[in-house]
Amino acid sequence: MLKRVHFPSSLLPYLLVAPQIAITLVFFIWPASQAVYQSFLIEDAFGLSTEFVWFENFELLFEDDIYLATFGRTIFFSAAVAILSMSMALILAGFADRVVRGATAYRTLLIWPYAVAPVLAGALWVFMFNPTLGIFPYILDFVGVDWNHYLNGNQAMALVVFASAWKQIAYNFLFYLAAMQSIPRSVIEAAAIDGAGPIRRFKDFIFPLVSPTTFFLLVINAVYAFFETFGIIHAVTQGGPANSTTILVYKVFNDGFVGLDLGGSAAQSVILMVLVIAMTVVQFRFVERRVQY
Amino acid sequence: MASITLKDLVKSYGDTEVLHHIDGAINDGEFVVIVGPSGCGKSTLLRMIAGLETVTSGDIQIGDRVVNNLEPANRDIAMVFQNYALYPHMSVRENMGYGLKIRGNSKADINRRVEEAAAILEIGPYLDRKPRQLSGGQRQRVAMGRAIVRDPQVFLFDEPLSNLDAKLRVQMRLEIRKLQQRLGVTSIYVTHDQVEAMTLGDRLMVLNGGYVEQFGTPIELYDRPATLFVAGFIGSPSMNFLPAEVASGMVTLANGARLAGGGTASGKVTLGLRPEHLIADETGPIEINVQLCEQLGAITLLHGHLSGTDVECVASMPGHVSAAPGTLMRFAIAPEHLHMFDTQSGKRVDA
Ligand SMILES: Nc1ncnc2c1ncn2[C@@H]1O[C@H](COP(=O)(O)OP(=O)(O)OP(=O)(O)O)[C@@H](O)[C@H]1O
Ligand SMILES: [Mg+2]
Repeated sequence: MLKRVHFPSSLLPYLLVAPQIAITLVFFIWPASQAVYQSFLIEDAFGLSTEFVWFENFELLFEDDIYLATFGRTIFFSAAVAILSMSMALILAGFADRVVRGATAYRTLLIWPYAVAPVLAGALWVFMFNPTLGIFPYILDFVGVDWNHYLNGNQAMALVVFASAWKQIAYNFLFYLAAMQSIPRSVIEAAAIDGAGPIRRFKDFIFPLVSPTTFFLLVINAVYAFFETFGIIHAVTQGGPANSTTILVYKVFNDGFVGLDLGGSAAQSVILMVLVIAMTVVQFRFVERRVQY
Repeated sequence: MASITLKDLVKSYGDTEVLHHIDGAINDGEFVVIVGPSGCGKSTLLRMIAGLETVTSGDIQIGDRVVNNLEPANRDIAMVFQNYALYPHMSVRENMGYGLKIRGNSKADINRRVEEAAAILEIGPYLDRKPRQLSGGQRQRVAMGRAIVRDPQVFLFDEPLSNLDAKLRVQMRLEIRKLQQRLGVTSIYVTHDQVEAMTLGDRLMVLNGGYVEQFGTPIELYDRPATLFVAGFIGSPSMNFLPAEVASGMVTLANGARLAGGGTASGKVTLGLRPEHLIADETGPIEINVQLCEQLGAITLLHGHLSGTDVECVASMPGHVSAAPGTLMRFAIAPEHLHMFDTQSGKRVDA
């Protein structure tokens, strides 16, 4: 429990938090409440009149097969990104934990991708996988894979998953490395003496002992894949081909700013807001528990 | 069971050599204690034998195999760590059975052996608990249990009792000794506590600054310490050191007092006298100006200095003695209880 400390009441604390509160109000509470309000409105096709319709936008959404398909796709996308980037990060951290010489340089290099902006990360992967100019399609051609993510939906999905996962590896790596370094050295040594080789030690000790971190990262990565991959998708596929890489956030943007269905788009963003609040609650609950462990 | 041989063993971290040319032979079934002050390299030596540290040069032999490049797993050893190093996510039963499970023993066999070991160590009721649900003493037993179930050739202990309270430490010390005698497994035990070392070890290896000062039985170390360091380290209260000069079988102290003894040594030496070997004697040659009496019940320690000098000197007398500060008391000592060391090299000179 935190100690309850009482300060004599004064204006200073309020002044100190005022900028943060102002920012929250202007950039979060205000747009969020606007979104909620918008989600109750339907605008006619010419933008001439609006009608207050309560939950009709939501009802329409849940009857819309395209929206439900997007939901499923988003879950697949998040799971793929989380699993791919977390397992890569786990393996890299496992090696980095064993490195003795040059450890700092190795770690610094692994952390770099995190500093790359999502759109740039996307652009990088677009260049590498450009069907006519990119290096990877050229290489893949030798093994008989015809790469064209502009036409092939599965390849497009794979590409955005790779790009999104790659960018998140650095973050996951840092957490995994910290978790591994907090495992007492002697536990791993005892396991070595008990006869466990490097792979068994990883499987029987390191992996279970970093499981609190795994759970924490799972939530973080899900949130990342749900919301922060917009820039990558926008740069790489723009949701195509044929919506095959349109995830929920991208659909909000598409329906609202391209399709100009403001009410529907607002309803979608309200649903996303509820989701992110739910995930945050799970995460906080969990963080509290972890402190006790 | 196996013997262990260390041949010209050196360990360096970068340019710093922390262990210098260690030699030693440990017999099959023997209990050897490595003892020395903090930072002298005890843990490093033990961890090299375990295979947790690389060997810079020299050889470690277990049985008739040189094990320098063997993985810890292949050396057939078990180790008890200072912090116990129990597996936090496994129950006591799983902790103890893990090594056997890896070796592919059957479930029934693992259970039988774990329960046998648990019975010996009296931890049967805790088998299904997690380590964090145990007291320090119980964890210590689990760590021991994990070592004995595997029935290894060698036990290695790195200060396994240092986290226990004084009473439990004495009790566990006896239990470790009994267990080792019962199982007859070659054991190496690291400690910085000389009492623990004296009571546990068949033989003691005294390390200081990465050098072996002496390797022998507790009685040898007590009766004939090879160096000033060993003389001061073994025995409690520790030995008095007085500057002295020896010539033709007579020792002259700084205040001119003369004692018979000294053998064939000659010249300036450091004379070592154990407090418990000083016998109160009205006509004795050693006069001490007593400053403080420390009553310990069974014995009394008299702290003071050699009269006429400022050389500190402690005497131990049986029973209760009291003396006002400034009292002069005389003591005698048998010639065989004089230890003489070269002041420069610290080596024993009456050998
Ligand atoms: N990884 C390392 N790198 C550099 N020097 C080290 C390393 N490990 C140990 N040392 C040095 O080696 C020397 C011996 O260390 P060691 O841990 O063996 O001491 P110890 O006798 O076990 O001491 P204690 O009784 O305090 O446990 C110390 O001077 C220590 O500073
Ligand atoms: Mg140590």
